[in-house]
Amino acid sequence: MQAFHYTRAADVAEAVRLAAPGGPGDRVRFLAGGTTLVDLMKLDVETPTHVVDINGLGLDQVELLPDGAVRVGALVRNADLARHPHIAARYPVLAQALLSGASAQLRNMATTSGNLLQRTRCVYFRDRAARCNKREPGSGCDALGGYNRNLAILGGSPHCIATNPSDMNVALMALDAVVHVQGPAGARTIALQDFYLLPGDTPHRETSLRQGELITHVTLPPVPAGTHSGYLKLRDRASYEFALASAAVVLRARQGRVVSAGIALGGVGTRPWRCPQAEQLLVGQPPGAQRYAQAAQAAVEGAVPQSQNGFKIELARRCLSHVLSTTLPPK
Amino acid sequence: MPHSPADPPHAVPQAVQGVPTTLHVNGRRHALILDPRATLLDTLRETLHLTGTKKGCDHGQCGACTVHIDGRRANACLVLAVAARGCAVTTIEGLGSARGMHPLQAAFVAHDGYQCGYCTAGQIMSAAALLHEPCGDSDDEVRELMSGNICRCGAYANIVDAIQDVRGKR
Repeated sequence: MQAFHYTRAADVAEAVRLAAPGGPGDRVRFLAGGTTLVDLMKLDVETPTHVVDINGLGLDQVELLPDGAVRVGALVRNADLARHPHIAARYPVLAQALLSGASAQLRNMATTSGNLLQRTRCVYFRDRAARCNKREPGSGCDALGGYNRNLAILGGSPHCIATNPSDMNVALMALDAVVHVQGPAGARTIALQDFYLLPGDTPHRETSLRQGELITHVTLPPVPAGTHSGYLKLRDRASYEFALASAAVVLRARQGRVVSAGIALGGVGTRPWRCPQAEQLLVGQPPGAQRYAQAAQAAVEGAVPQSQNGFKIELARRCLSHVLSTTLPPK
Repeated sequence: MPHSPADPPHAVPQAVQGVPTTLHVNGRRHALILDPRATLLDTLRETLHLTGTKKGCDHGQCGACTVHIDGRRANACLVLAVAARGCAVTTIEGLGSARGMHPLQAAFVAHDGYQCGYCTAGQIMSAAALLHEPCGDSDDEVRELMSGNICRCGAYANIVDAIQDVRGKR
C-alpha cells in the first residue's frame, strides 16, 4: 500500500474542503466503509495521496419525507438500509438486492455512497501486471479475448467491458433514485440514470461526479399504491458471489394493467443497466407471460457476447422474465 | 504485451507521520501511534499481540479476521486502524477464555466445528454476532448469514450444528 495522509472530517463542509487537491499530483479519496477502497489500496490499484475519513459526518439516517419520498444518508450501512422497516416493507426490491450482496460482515461496513461507487471486479482491473484502460488509460484491455466470463454484454466498448458489480445500484436504477452531492461549487442533484457513464474511450471515468464532490444522500421517490417490486440474482453459487445476471423490477398496476414500469439489469452491463424498451412494452398492458417474455427479449436487444460470456444473454433474458412473473403474476 | 508494474508517476508522501490513535479492544484502552496504512487486523496481531484473530485472504473474502466493532461483525482486514478510533472492538480473546468459554466456543468443541482451526475464531465471532441479528430458524438461513466465513476443511455441517445448538434450534 502506498503511503498517504489521513484526515478525519468533522462535517460535510470540512470534507469538501479537505478533498480539494493541494497540488497537481494529489489524489484524494473519501473513506467510508472501506470495503472497496482499502481492498484496492492493498493491490496498489487505488493509490490516493490523501484519504479523508467521512465516518464522522453523521449522514447515517433513513428519513421519511412529507411527500412520501425517502432520504437515505450516504453513510447508512447496507445492512441497516436493508433491515429498515420502511425499506423492507415499501421497497422490497432494494432490501432484496442489498441482502443478496456480499456477506453479513461486509454489509455491516459498506455504505450507500460507497456502494454507488463500487469498482468493477474485472480481474485485469485488479491486477497491476495486466493491461487495463480503466486502471491505466491507454494501456489496453486484457479482458477482450481473455477471462471475460463475468464481464459485460451490454454497454461495452473496444476499450473496456468491465461490469458494474453492484446489486444495490440495480435496484436504485429501477427505482429512479436521485443522488445528492456537495462540492466546491455547491450542492446539486444527479438522477441515477445520468450518474454512470458508458466506458467509450474513457473507461477510467465512471460517473458524472466532478472533482471533490461528496455524495451526501440518495433519495427514493414515493411508492404509490399498487406498486410491486422484486430483485432476482443468478450466480455461480448460492451466496456471497457477484451476479452473472440479475434483474430489478418495479411495477405499478391499476385496474388490471401496468401503469408504470422500472426495469434494470445487473451483472451484464458496464453500468447498472436500465431497460426503457422493456418498460415501454409493459406499460398499458395487462401482466402476461408472453408480454413478459417479449419485454425480457427487448431488454437484451443489442447485447454483444464476448469469447466466454455468450450464455449471459439467455441467462439475463430468463432472469428478467422470471422476476417479472413472480413480482406481478399474470392473471 | 503486459507491462511491468511500476510506481505511478506522481508524488507519494515519502515519510508519513504516525497518527495518534486510541483503540478500545476487549475493554482495554490502548494509546498508539499508528502508520495510517495499518489495518485493524495487523494492529491487533502485530502491535497488540492479540493473535487469535487470523489473516486469511486479507481482502475481505474469507472472514478469518472477523471481529466485532461496536457489537457488529466486520472484516478487520478492511478497516484502517486509525479509522477505528472511538469504537469498541471485541476479538475472540474478549469473547471467552479457556476457563470461561462463550456458549459458541463450547458448542464448537462439542460439535467438532473445525478441523485445522484456522477459520474458527472468525467463524465464532461471526456466529456470536448472528445470535443478535434477524435470522430465521432454518439451517439454510444460518448458512446464508455465515457465507462470509470460508472453511477450507469443510467443517460447515458441524459449524451449523454448533450454531443451531446455541440458538436452541436443535
